[in-house]
Amino acid sequence: MNALLLDYLPVVIFIGVSLVIGLALLVAPFLVAYQNPDPEKLSAYECGFNAFDDARMTFDIRFYLVAILFIIFDLEVAFLFPWAVSFGGLGDLGFWSMMLFLGVLTVGFIYEWRKGALEWD
Amino acid sequence: MSFAAAFFYLFACILVGSAFMVISSRNPVYSVLFLILAFVNAAGLFILIGAEFLALILVVVYVGAVAVLFLFVVMMLDVDFVELRQGFLQYLPVGVVVGLIFLAELVLVVGAWASGPGVSVARNAVMTYPRGNTHALGQVLYTDYIYFFQIAGFVLLVAMIGAIVLTLRHKPNVKRQNISAQVARTPETAMEVVKVRPGQGL
Repeated sequence: MNALLLDYLPVVIFIGVSLVIGLALLVAPFLVAYQNPDPEKLSAYECGFNAFDDARMTFDIRFYLVAILFIIFDLEVAFLFPWAVSFGGLGDLGFWSMMLFLGVLTVGFIYEWRKGALEWD
Repeated sequence: MSFAAAFFYLFACILVGSAFMVISSRNPVYSVLFLILAFVNAAGLFILIGAEFLALILVVVYVGAVAVLFLFVVMMLDVDFVELRQGFLQYLPVGVVVGLIFLAELVLVVGAWASGPGVSVARNAVMTYPRGNTHALGQVLYTDYIYFFQIAGFVLLVAMIGAIVLTLRHKPNVKRQNISAQVARTPETAMEVVKVRPGQGL
């Protein structure tokens, strides 16, 4: 058993505890609660009136644009982590290469800002 | 069986099982959820071989962002299950041919696979590095592999511009707040004094 994996032991214990709590809350109602189902109780409840149609409908492409822009900046931040960790030993080249990377993405950020991609309408 | 091996089999079994469920479940939304489970278990496998940075990036980027994107796509498809099954027999021959070609290619690839000369050393390099592989990645990525790093930046820029060009459609005649124009307003530009003669309206 090496030291790296021992660092993750608390995470495993945490996942185990959350699994036990989650399963207990899921299973307990089946065992404890009083059950007397009928069709009205089992139907989808939509605030007083019958459901209009399927929940699966197309929706606006703008949600997709927001998600893509989020992923791009997510990746930008992912590149920043190793840079920050090993910053001390990188020297000038490492510093300026990251500045150039951030500059290129800032060009894109200015483009999307000026284009109005961050506004909803 | 050691503790790490037990966890390897646990993660690997759940990974294979959920990957199978991705392609076999009827509801595409369930497929995406099983895909997320597969990503999380793959992250567990990465941690077991010591690639912590890769594991956590897999969780942050794939589970946090790409899976959400997949969910959007799946919901945008507006899947009608009855309509989907209609063309099943019609497209079956084409699907079988494509599947067989892929299978043959996979068999050829796996059959010709051999471990390279330095691989066993490189596999241990991740584990034995004293300060963790995030530090190891950082030491080479920004200096030795600077061109790949900059190309990654330009790829992200192209993705950003492409997404905006393809999907951004502004509605015409939408009123937006123009803060500088709003602040620059003075009584002189905002008001007009009109002399009204008696007996005449405006």
